[in-house]
Amino acid sequence: MTDKVISCRELTKRFGDFYAVDKITFDVSKGEIFGFLGANGAGKTTAMRILCGLSFPTSGQATVAGYDVYTQQESIKKNIGYMSQKFSLYENLTVEENITFFGGVYGVPAATIKERSRQLISNLGLTNEAKKLVAGLPLGWKQKLAFSVAIFHEPKIVFLDEPTGGVDPVTRRQFWDMIYEAAANGITVFVTTHYMDEAEYCNRVTIMVDGKVEALDTPGNLKQQFNASSMDEVFYQLARRATRSAD
Amino acid sequence: MKQFLVFIRKEFFHVFRDRRTLLIMFGLPLVQIVLFGYALTSEVKNITLTVIDNSRDENSRQLVNKIRSSSYFVVDESSIDYNDVLAAFRKGSAKCALIFPAGFGNDLLHQGKAQIQILTDGSDPNTAKTVVNYISSITTAYQHEISRQRPLKYLIIPEPRMLYNEEGNGSLNFIPGVMALVLMIVCTALTSVSVVREKETGTMEILLVSPFKPLLVLIAKAVPYLILSLLNIIMILLLAVFVLNVTIKGSIILLFLESMLFIITCLSFGLMISNTTNSQQTALLLSMMGLMIPTMIFTGFMFPLENMPKIFQLISNLVPSRWYFLIIKAVMLKGLGFKYIWKETLVLLAMTLILLTIALKKFKTRLS
Repeated sequence: MTDKVISCRELTKRFGDFYAVDKITFDVSKGEIFGFLGANGAGKTTAMRILCGLSFPTSGQATVAGYDVYTQQESIKKNIGYMSQKFSLYENLTVEENITFFGGVYGVPAATIKERSRQLISNLGLTNEAKKLVAGLPLGWKQKLAFSVAIFHEPKIVFLDEPTGGVDPVTRRQFWDMIYEAAANGITVFVTTHYMDEAEYCNRVTIMVDGKVEALDTPGNLKQQFNASSMDEVFYQLARRATRSAD
Repeated sequence: MKQFLVFIRKEFFHVFRDRRTLLIMFGLPLVQIVLFGYALTSEVKNITLTVIDNSRDENSRQLVNKIRSSSYFVVDESSIDYNDVLAAFRKGSAKCALIFPAGFGNDLLHQGKAQIQILTDGSDPNTAKTVVNYISSITTAYQHEISRQRPLKYLIIPEPRMLYNEEGNGSLNFIPGVMALVLMIVCTALTSVSVVREKETGTMEILLVSPFKPLLVLIAKAVPYLILSLLNIIMILLLAVFVLNVTIKGSIILLFLESMLFIITCLSFGLMISNTTNSQQTALLLSMMGLMIPTMIFTGFMFPLENMPKIFQLISNLVPSRWYFLIIKAVMLKGLGFKYIWKETLVLLAMTLILLTIALKKFKTRLS
C-alpha cells in the first residue's frame, strides 16, 4: 500500500440518475506517469475533481497521497499540484511574481521560494524575462512555466488536465521531457490528454467510456490486447462503444 | 496569515496594473465632483432677461436697475414688442422676459397696485421656476423699499432661509450623493469583476485546488478594494473641503466608520453578484446597469424621494445607498452624532449580513 499514491475502489459520482463516474477502480504508484483518457463527457473531469478534493464522491472509496477524499480534502490539497487546460497563471503578474504568489499560497517559506525560483527561472531560460509580465510570453513558455509552478511546492502528485492543448509539437516534446524529469524525482503524474501520441509516453493508460474504466494497462499491452498498431486505434475501438454523447 | 498577505499583495498588483480599474476608481469621483460641482448647479446665473418697458417711467427704471445689479440676470432691452419676444422664445434665444404695461409707475403710485408680466420657457421647468422666484423676490424687495417712504403700507416680506446651507452652496447635497454613488460602483462593480475574472481565466480553479481556504479567497479579493475605497473617500472629502468649500460639521471618525460599513455592504453585494455570474461582462452589466440607475434614482440626492409614488418609495428602502446618504448628510452637514443615525446604521448592518450570507451560501453550493 505504501507505493500506491492514488487508490480508487468502486468510486462513483452520481448527479440525479446520471452516473458521471461509475464504479471506477484503479491504483497509481509513486513516480508513475498515469494517462487518463476518454472522450469528452466520459467522466474524466469529474473523477479528477474528486481526486483533487474539489468534490465529494457519491459512493466508493479513494485515497490520494494516503488521505481520504471524504474527510481529508485539506490534506490532499497540500500534497498535490494542479495545472489545467486553461492557462493558469496570472497574465498581469511577472514571471517572478507568479512563482512567489503560488509558492506563498502553498506555504513554501520565503527564503526557499527565492532560491528555488532563481533556479527555476534559469533552468527554463527565462532569466531575461523574469521581470516581465507573463502576458508577453509565447504560449509554449507559459505552459512550461505553469507546469513548473504546479510542482514548485514539491507535491507528491501533480494533476495535469490536458496540459498541452494548443501547443506546437516541439514544445509538447519539451513539455514531456519535463514530465519525465518530475516523475524521475518521485512526483506521480496524473495526466489527461486528447493526443494519442502522448498516451504512448505514459507508463500506464486508462481509458474511460461512459463513466467506466474500460481499459487499463501499459500502452504496449493495450495495443496487443486490442490488436491495434497505435493507441489511436485502441481509443477509437473503445470510444465507438460509447452510448453517451459528449456534453 | 502569511498566505493571506501574499494573496493581498497579488490583488494590489492586479489593481495597479489595470489602468482601467484605477481610472474608474479615482477618475470617476473626480469627474463627478467637477461635473456636479460646476456644471450641474441648480442655481441660475447670468441668464439673459428680455425686458420690454412700455411704461418708461421712474419706477420701471428703478426695478430694471435692481434686476440688472443682481448677479442672476443680464438685461437685454433690444426687443420692441411682445411679438419680438415670442419669436425669440421660439428660436430659443430668450428664456425669460419681463414686460411692463404702459402706466406701470402711475398705477403703482396712485392705485397702490401695479402688474408686471414674467414670461418663462416652461420647457425647462427648473430654470423657469428659479427665474420666477428670483424676479418675484427682487420685486418684493423693491416694493418694500418704496413703501417704506409711505408709512401706510404694510407688506409681509418672505425671507427664504435655507437651513444647514445658508449660503445656498449646491455642493452640500451632492457630495454625500457622490460618495454613495462612487462607493457603490467602485466596491460592487470592481469586486464582482475581479472575482469573475479569475473564473474566466481559469485561475480560480487553481486557487480552489490549492490549500488556500475558499472563504479567504473572497476576503482577500475584497480587502484591496476596501483600502482603496477608504482612500477614495479621503480624496472626495479633500476635494469637497478645498475645492468646493464644504465644511464637515460632524465627527470625521464617525463619518469614516459609517463609510466603512457601507463599503462592506457594497463589497458583499459585489461578492454576491460574482457568485451568480460567470463572465466579466455579465457581472459588469449587472453591477453597472442594475445598480447605477437605481442608486442614482433611489438614493435621494438627485430626485426627492418624497415626491415619488408610494411604490417607488418602498423600493427605495431596499437601496443601501439611500441609508448611507441619510447617514452622511446627518453627520457631515448637520453635525449630528451617532444617536441620531443608529437606526439607519442598523438597517445597513442588517443588509450587509443578509447579502454576505447569500454570497457565502451561493459560493458553497457552487463548490460542491
